[in-house]
This record gives sequence, C-alpha cells and structure tokens, in this order.
Amino acid sequence: MQPLTKLLEAALFAASRPLTLEELGSLDSTVAEEAVLSALTELRATYGEEHGVELVEIAEGWQFLTRREYAETIERAQFALRPRRLSPAALETLAIIAYRQPVGRLEVDEIRGVDSGAVMDKLVERGLIEVVTRGEGLGRPLLYGTTPPFLEILGLKDLEDLPRLEELSVALRRPTPVEEEE
Amino acid sequence: MTVPTLNQGGGGGGGFVVELEKFSGPLDLLLHLIKEDEVDITDLPIAKIADQFLSVIQDLGLNQAADYLEMAARLLRIKAQMLLPRRLGDDEWEDPRAELVRRLLEYQQIRELVDWLGRAADVKAERFGRGYEAPPPDAPPAPLQIDLNDLLAAAERVIALIPEPMLHRVVPRPLDVEGATARITALLAEREEFGWLEVVGKQATIVDVLSAFIALLELAKRSAVTLSQPEPFGPMVIKRATPHEAA
Repeated sequence: MQPLTKLLEAALFAASRPLTLEELGSLDSTVAEEAVLSALTELRATYGEEHGVELVEIAEGWQFLTRREYAETIERAQFALRPRRLSPAALETLAIIAYRQPVGRLEVDEIRGVDSGAVMDKLVERGLIEVVTRGEGLGRPLLYGTTPPFLEILGLKDLEDLPRLEELSVALRRPTPVEEEE
Repeated sequence: MTVPTLNQGGGGGGGFVVELEKFSGPLDLLLHLIKEDEVDITDLPIAKIADQFLSVIQDLGLNQAADYLEMAARLLRIKAQMLLPRRLGDDEWEDPRAELVRRLLEYQQIRELVDWLGRAADVKAERFGRGYEAPPPDAPPAPLQIDLNDLLAAAERVIALIPEPMLHRVVPRPLDVEGATARITALLAEREEFGWLEVVGKQATIVDVLSAFIALLELAKRSAVTLSQPEPFGPMVIKRATPHEAA
C-alpha cells in the first residue's frame, strides 16, 4: 500500500463518522484531490472481499462499515446496537423534506394532512433535518433541509442516491382536467 | 417506537392510540379505503368513500383528532358539491374532487418513498461504523498572564462581593396582651360599655393598638365582652357581656 493509502486507512479507522474527501485531503496538503480519490479506491479494493469491514461511500464521505452478514452476530454479542427504526410519520416527513427542500412546515403539514410540528422538532433534535433558510412569504417561515446524518442513517452517498420521482410507480402528475375528457 | 399511550384505561375511547399508529393521518386512511374498495383514485366515488371514512372514524373513536375531522368535513363538502346540478357543456365546471385527488396522488407517492427510505434505513442499520466517539478536542489552557496588581484588584473585587454577615436580631415579643387585658378588665369593672379610644388612648403606638385589639378579641372569644361597630369605620363599642349572653 502507498503511504497515502495507509494514512487514509488510519484516519478512517479513527473516525466514528464518515469523512469527506475534503477532510481526508486536509490530512496531507501536498497531495491533490485526485490522488486522495485514487488512494481511497485502492483502499476500498484492498478491503474488497477479504475483510469483515468494507470501505463505503456514504453521506458525502467515506467510512469503514461492518459487512451486513455480521449484523446479527455483532448485535447478539452486544458490541453495537442496531439503530432504532424511524416511525412512519418521521419517514413521511423526511421524504417530503428530502424532495422539496428547502421546505416550510406548512407545506409538510399540507402534504401529510396532519400537523407535523412535533415530528419535525424531533428530527431537528436528532440532527436529520435543519433550518437552512427563511422563506419569502408571510412571517418569513423557517425552511428545512436534510443533513449529512440523514444520508448516513439511510446509507446514501448523496441526495442523488434517492430514487427519482419518475422511477416511482405513482408518478406525481396533475389529475387530468375534466374538461378534456368531455 | 414507544408511543406514549394516551387514553389507555380511560375506558370507552380505547383503540384510539392503536389506530392512530396504524394510520399516519387522514390521507393514509383515505388511501387505505381506496385500496380496499379497488376504486379509481382519479375518479373517486366520493359519496361512498366519504360515508366509509365517517363510519371508520366513528368506529375508531378517532373523533378526537382534529385532522381527521377536518378531512371528514372536506369530504362532505365535496360530496355536496358533486350533487349540485350542472349544465351540460359547462366549461367552467371544475371537478370538486380535483384538489383532493391531487393530494392523494402526491401522498401516495410519499408513501412509496417512505417504503424505500425504510428499506434503505434497515439495510444501513445492519452495518456498523466505528463506535468510538472522539471527545471534543480540548483547547490547551491559555498561559497565565497576571501581575501582582491584577491579583490584588481581583482580591478586592472578591472581598467586596462577600456579603455582610447576616445577623438576626431576636427581639422579645413587644406585644403586651396581658397588660391590655388587665386594662380592659379594669374598665369593664367600672362601666358596662365604653369605646375603643378609651382602651388605647389618643397617643397609642401600633404595638398598643395591636395588644389591645388582640386582648379584645381574646375577651370576646371568652364571651367576657361583646364587640360591635355601629357604622363602617366608626369606633368600636365594647360592652360587658351579660351572663345570659355568655352562656
């Protein structure tokens, strides 16, 4: 392994969260971003099949994660606990915010058809969404967006990893106006 | 997830919590009904769906949830609008269901995303990162910069902050109820009736007034005197109690 690769391996091992390319690059200011990227690719290949952990691109960064097949064993031994599941209400709210961001509470309420204030407060508390800006409308409402921890709990590389709306079976479209039918 | 159990054991309203957990809102419930009836969402049989919706929220005891009631009202309004006669070829006619259908479709899409997100989270939950939480980096303590004058000034400030030692002065009880009682009893022995001013005198201090007043109340309690005040704010009249009254 190249010295840079080993350096990155050490940094990623020590970190408890995904490290971004930028953060990894700052470890050695003499190397270019491409070099870091190729070292990361090398590192990922090294951990390819022969190891219990693998290097994963996640939440706009890189992180060593255990392989899925060991989840049960690790959990049984209680070395680590599986994160708690998010409630359907929380997931609904996250889905709306992920696709509509920046979005205000009123819009989330309207789409869900229920008051979402408490759910959103909880998501802010958990660091999955945050206030990103204020809207133009009356009272300049707070507008929310998703955070890197949101990508992290879903194991997504970035927002592009979310399914495209047109890939869903229910494509959001305006209902056909009745006039055209008649 | 642990959900606080409202209403449990409240009797009657049981099932509310359970069902609220089952449906994440009125739109969810509507979609559930539509799916069950296998009807076309874009050509919603509004009368049927509205009736079902109403009977379900009745059954579930959900009427406490404002969001469900709001949807119920909306459904009934659409149902009424659908019943209004319209002229043939009326281009201006707007399907009263359009907005609801749009929202339902939108919501349906969100539900699909929820399934996707849930699956993604489940997969990720089986992969553990390093559990090590780096403690926040401690800033090295700044080197001390202090000279004797600073120290003295600081000491003075601290000394100035020390409060005066709190002394609680215990004063003997200044009221002289016994004295006042004796004075009143003496007056009673002389006369059957007299006024307040005769008890306390013209130059009475507050302590005298209080002592006399307590003495009078005490005597009245013992039925030795009767107290009366003929007019508001007027002087009090003290009267020797007759044996008959004392009984």
